[in-house]
Amino acid sequence: MIVNLASSFLTLAAILFCLGLFGALTKRNAVIVLLSIELMLNAVNLNLIAFSKYGIAPSLTGQLFSLFTITVAAAEAAIGVAILIALFRKRGTSDVTDMNQLKR
Amino acid sequence: MDSTFVQYAWLIPVFPLLSFLVLTALGRGFRAAGPIVGIAAAAVSFVLALLVFLERLDGTKDDYTWNDWNWIEAGGFTLSMGFEITNLNALMLVIVTLVSALVNLYSAGYMSGDERKTTFFAYVSLFTFSMLGLVISSNILMLYIFWELVGLCSFLLIGFWYHKPEAKAAAKKAFIVTRIGDVGLLIGILMLFWLMPGHHLDFTMIGNAVAAGDISESAATWIALLIFVGAVGKSGQFPLHVWLPDAMEGPTPISALIHAATMVAAGVYLVARTYPIFMASPAALDTVAYIGAFTAIFAAVIAIAQNDIKRVLAYSTVSQLGYMMLALGLGTELAWAAAIFHLFTHAFFKALLFLGAGSVIHATDEQDVRKLGGLFGSMKITAVTFAIGALALSGLFPLAGFWSKDAILTQALHHGNVILFAVGVIAAFFTALYMTRLYVMVFLGKRNKGRKEAHESPWVMTLPLMILAVLSVAAGFASMPGEPWLAGWLRGVTLTEHADWLVIVLSNAAAIAGIAVGYVLFRKRSETEAGESEPAGLYRVLQNKFYIDELYQAVIAAPYRALGNVLYWFDNYVVSGAVRLVSAVFVGIGRAGVRLQNGQLQTYGLMILFGCILFIVAIAGRRFF
Repeated sequence: MIVNLASSFLTLAAILFCLGLFGALTKRNAVIVLLSIELMLNAVNLNLIAFSKYGIAPSLTGQLFSLFTITVAAAEAAIGVAILIALFRKRGTSDVTDMNQLKR
Repeated sequence: MDSTFVQYAWLIPVFPLLSFLVLTALGRGFRAAGPIVGIAAAAVSFVLALLVFLERLDGTKDDYTWNDWNWIEAGGFTLSMGFEITNLNALMLVIVTLVSALVNLYSAGYMSGDERKTTFFAYVSLFTFSMLGLVISSNILMLYIFWELVGLCSFLLIGFWYHKPEAKAAAKKAFIVTRIGDVGLLIGILMLFWLMPGHHLDFTMIGNAVAAGDISESAATWIALLIFVGAVGKSGQFPLHVWLPDAMEGPTPISALIHAATMVAAGVYLVARTYPIFMASPAALDTVAYIGAFTAIFAAVIAIAQNDIKRVLAYSTVSQLGYMMLALGLGTELAWAAAIFHLFTHAFFKALLFLGAGSVIHATDEQDVRKLGGLFGSMKITAVTFAIGALALSGLFPLAGFWSKDAILTQALHHGNVILFAVGVIAAFFTALYMTRLYVMVFLGKRNKGRKEAHESPWVMTLPLMILAVLSVAAGFASMPGEPWLAGWLRGVTLTEHADWLVIVLSNAAAIAGIAVGYVLFRKRSETEAGESEPAGLYRVLQNKFYIDELYQAVIAAPYRALGNVLYWFDNYVVSGAVRLVSAVFVGIGRAGVRLQNGQLQTYGLMILFGCILFIVAIAGRRFF
């Protein structure tokens, strides 16, 4: 049952993505928001890998692509955390609802 | 002698206009400049008008018309502007400038303490300018422009003391009531424009066209009646007379100006100027005559019961204007001339009476005749000149009012209209009666207790009184009964008329009877009436001016106001409501939009998510439709 396996991977990925999305949109702590974004990226990675294994035209491209994604996500996380720390030093808070300076 | 001065007659209105411009430019500063500039401009105009008049006095000059400035050229139609000097105009110019100059001089004393003295003289100059422009206009449209200017100036001057609510109301009333007449005049002018061959509006052209029969009798009737409606409004004839007595709220010199030379004379002048149209229509002439006659007696009766010194005089003006209209309505050249003659003499003695009343008010700060009395001793010049004016108005031989009133009554009798003649004689009786009442109550009798001693006014105020008193005696000799020199001169033809001793005797008898009855009736009352009890019966009806104001209030003003309220409600809640609703909708949308833009990235993200879902649903849902 190849298809069923694929759909269970995809379902897991969708659940992960929704969790990440929920976290990104609702959590007030910036670090958790960042984590949630990582969660969404990983859900996408899972999709890529699932399709590269069980898709219509299986190939290594998907897995390679997910490696790239992980790399980029790591870089992104590094930059994101760096910004967060800078912001925390500057403003003494990590609450995203306080980060609405552009509106003011 | 060649026509030298006539060519410069257009300068006559220019001087008051210059005075107005200079005084307006000066504003409230230079308080001393007001009287000087105003008097100087009026005096120069008077001298020029007198020169023009004297030049034409021998009666051999043709009418002078300068009509070369084309104001509007559209297609084949040309409307030219210019001025025209006929003997009638020349006479009017002298009257207007003379009265204006004297009123200016008098105002220098009367208005000396007023805060807005400069403005006052500016308005008076503008008023004079408008009336002079009206007089020398060569076509009826130009006349209409100045006609409206005269109305505007009277509005400004009646409401000059605008801090008084009565003055404000009177100014508005004068403006609105005369506007009703003006609408008639405007429609009349439009009809003339429509019907005249070549759309000419010049007075001479109108006269020629009517004489040639280019305008049918029914059309002439309509035009004449519409023009007369304008004259009724301006000259305070019966249905539209209500503004004139209320106009007494203005400064007294203005009342003199309005009643003697400018505003109300304009109506009579208009009818006189467009007389060929009236001549073409017997129906219109009869209307003019009967409205005039009714007004003459109606206003004279009201005047008996009025207690405000200026209101009595105002109603007497209405009454005298009725005489003029009566004469104009008789439809003969002699009657026409008699009306102008009465206008001429009336200007002097009515100006005299108003200025005299102003002198009394200036000295006592009191307008109620019941509270005045016994002023003869302390204000001799005013009392004597006022007496001359009152006798002239009463039509007693040999003062000015007698000759002109006699001319009108003679024409009425010779015209074969006994009703008009009888009305004229009876009105003359009432005229004498109310003038005697006024005089007895103000100048004779005992001085009221608690009232301080009145002093004679300064010379700038008494000098015009004396000049006008002399004129009130002398002006009548311009035209003797049986020798209608003035009529011939005005019409440029030789006319004959025989004097009618019946008229002379009757009018004098009416005047003397009026004076005698008035003296007997009111001599006592002037002494005892200090504590006035509530008047009863007919007297109260008269005191309330036949309840005409109340009638208008109930029949016209109140429904109109109700309609206005309904429309206001409609406008406020329906029209404005719709507008407000639209604006409220957009403000609401804007508010909602503002809520979205809260600067919270997470909200934006949520919105993006919703948008995405919407997209996906839309794309996925397409399959099912």
